[in-house]
Amino acid sequence: MSRIQNCFQKLNEKNEKALVAFITAGDPDLPASQRIFSIIEKNGADIIELGVPFSDPLADGPVIQAASQRALKSGTTLKKIIQLVVEIRQSSELPIVLMTSYNPVFAYGLKPFVDDALNAGVDGVIIPDLPPEEAGEFNSYASKQGLDMIHLLAPTSTQDRVRLIADESRGFIYYVSLTGTTGMKSEMSGNLKTKVQAIKNVAKLPVLVGFGISGPEQAKQAAALSDGVIVGSAIVRLIEQNGNPADREAKIGDFVARLKQAISTLE
Amino acid sequence: MKQIQLPDERGHYGVFGGKYVIETLMPALKELEQVFASAKSDPSFQKELKYYLRQYVGRPTPLYYAENLTRQLGGAKIYLKREDLNHTGAHKINNTIGSALLALRMNKKRVIAETGAGQHGVATATAAALFGLECEVFMGEKDIKRQALNVFRMKLLGAKVIPVSSGTRTLKDATSEAIRNWITTVETTHYIIGSVVGPHPYPMMVREFQKIIGEEAAGQIMDIEKRMPDVCVACVGGGSNAMGLFYPFINHEETRLIGVEAAGLGIETGKHGASLSEGKPGVLHGMMSNLLYDDDGQIEEAHSVSAGLDYPGVGAEHSYLKEIGRAQYVSITDEQALEGFKLLSRTEGIIPALESAHAISYVTQLAPKMKKDEIIVICLSGRGDKDVNQVADIMGVPL
Repeated sequence: MSRIQNCFQKLNEKNEKALVAFITAGDPDLPASQRIFSIIEKNGADIIELGVPFSDPLADGPVIQAASQRALKSGTTLKKIIQLVVEIRQSSELPIVLMTSYNPVFAYGLKPFVDDALNAGVDGVIIPDLPPEEAGEFNSYASKQGLDMIHLLAPTSTQDRVRLIADESRGFIYYVSLTGTTGMKSEMSGNLKTKVQAIKNVAKLPVLVGFGISGPEQAKQAAALSDGVIVGSAIVRLIEQNGNPADREAKIGDFVARLKQAISTLE
Repeated sequence: MKQIQLPDERGHYGVFGGKYVIETLMPALKELEQVFASAKSDPSFQKELKYYLRQYVGRPTPLYYAENLTRQLGGAKIYLKREDLNHTGAHKINNTIGSALLALRMNKKRVIAETGAGQHGVATATAAALFGLECEVFMGEKDIKRQALNVFRMKLLGAKVIPVSSGTRTLKDATSEAIRNWITTVETTHYIIGSVVGPHPYPMMVREFQKIIGEEAAGQIMDIEKRMPDVCVACVGGGSNAMGLFYPFINHEETRLIGVEAAGLGIETGKHGASLSEGKPGVLHGMMSNLLYDDDGQIEEAHSVSAGLDYPGVGAEHSYLKEIGRAQYVSITDEQALEGFKLLSRTEGIIPALESAHAISYVTQLAPKMKKDEIIVICLSGRGDKDVNQVADIMGVPL
């Protein structure tokens, strides 16, 4: 059983929801990312998403765009991120998902990327600009080797696309809760319940909600309607705002713990 | 003759093209495909489009025999397809009129666009004013500075110009920001892309709206010379004027098709916009095409004196035409383009856009090597009024 499957099975047994925490790898540098990873793990995240910085991240709002810029400035590359995963795996079995634009993967080479990522201990990959229609070659190799390809669904997705993506996804399904780029919003979309339910009606995989979740209160609302939440910009913002590593790590640890607490106390 | 029927139903031109976008946009692209297909076969849409192109844009544009330039270069006969004479001063409006009509068909009341030189922004703002649509144009801060005149024109036309301060602050980042805005507003907004780039169906759709350039040119040259041209030349940034000129000639294999990219400060300096000559296949802005990027997949900064060619990618179909050897792509430096700019102004009394000046400059190399009874058609994609301030600045002439 893969680490991701194992994770959801355990959560299921405990009747708990998943907390996925996102950071951009290499923001502000790779050693810092390694420390932040372990703080996030200690404070209860179930899965960690490592963002691969890209010069032109089209799906990202200003907070993660800025994180991408900081990470690129510190010399972060996809190769070095895979190496970071090797180091993390010496002491952690937490599921790791890479979130990346397609071009860095394409430049790396599809097969070498899948092989190296798996060898390092990466469990899944989210490539927002590689929808199922274009993912054929990548998907067939990745699924053969056992790297989960996690696809997105959006509020604009039609019923036939919900079915297509439910079929093509591995690991979990990432429901983008807002029509927009990544970033914090003060309110959750009103039709979240209907949308998530429509996906759950056709999908066997867990459905997680991300994009726009800014804090414990929204995490709680979204988790109540789904199998878990993905929080990115709100964590990345703490990295941006806190230059001092000790402060930064304390604040991130506290924030992640509060998120986990919020989704663990559902009625 | 073998008819090339591309893209395929998935929007691919060989390995190029496609729809590399976030799920949020996939349904809108599908809708757009359907709306475009139905409009294309709807006589009332075609009639309306034709009406505006004739009565509002001023088509057909002349195919002008540049006798002075021909004499000076001493080789092939040079004809200019005068897209600079279109309303708003460039070929861009061929696409924006068609696209605005599509927006109306989809009941979308707001349009957005990216712009480099400002010509596409002006053409979109114009179509929006004509059809009563709300319009926002994304433009890099660097381009806002070098194309101040077009910024003011857009504002006069009632559009809002949104400065883009991220990344290179040029066309690439303006496009990224327009796509991000579209991801957020897709339910009410139609994105009018200015070139044969972006996810399917854009490269096909923009080509279909621009191919009138080549269709007219083919008819006109047959009337004048009773035969097809030996060479067609056009500048290539994203490549919409080139695609528009080339497309109707693709199956006429005796006509050579030559696209002219920006060599910027010189190919060897690395500061250029020659994505076909120097780039490799990659994915940016929703499509697979030739791109300038480093070993880690990060997009590199393009450079060109002309804002419209200052882009690290190129239309997917151009990548395909290059791959199959049907079109050839060359490049011209900033300095050479400025010479072309001055030359056409002096010899023919036509001040070309800096983009189009790249095509002119290449022809100054090509024409003398050709026979006097051979024929070159250049797409003069736009007029140079917008560039006059910048050129004066470069020449050190205070205005």
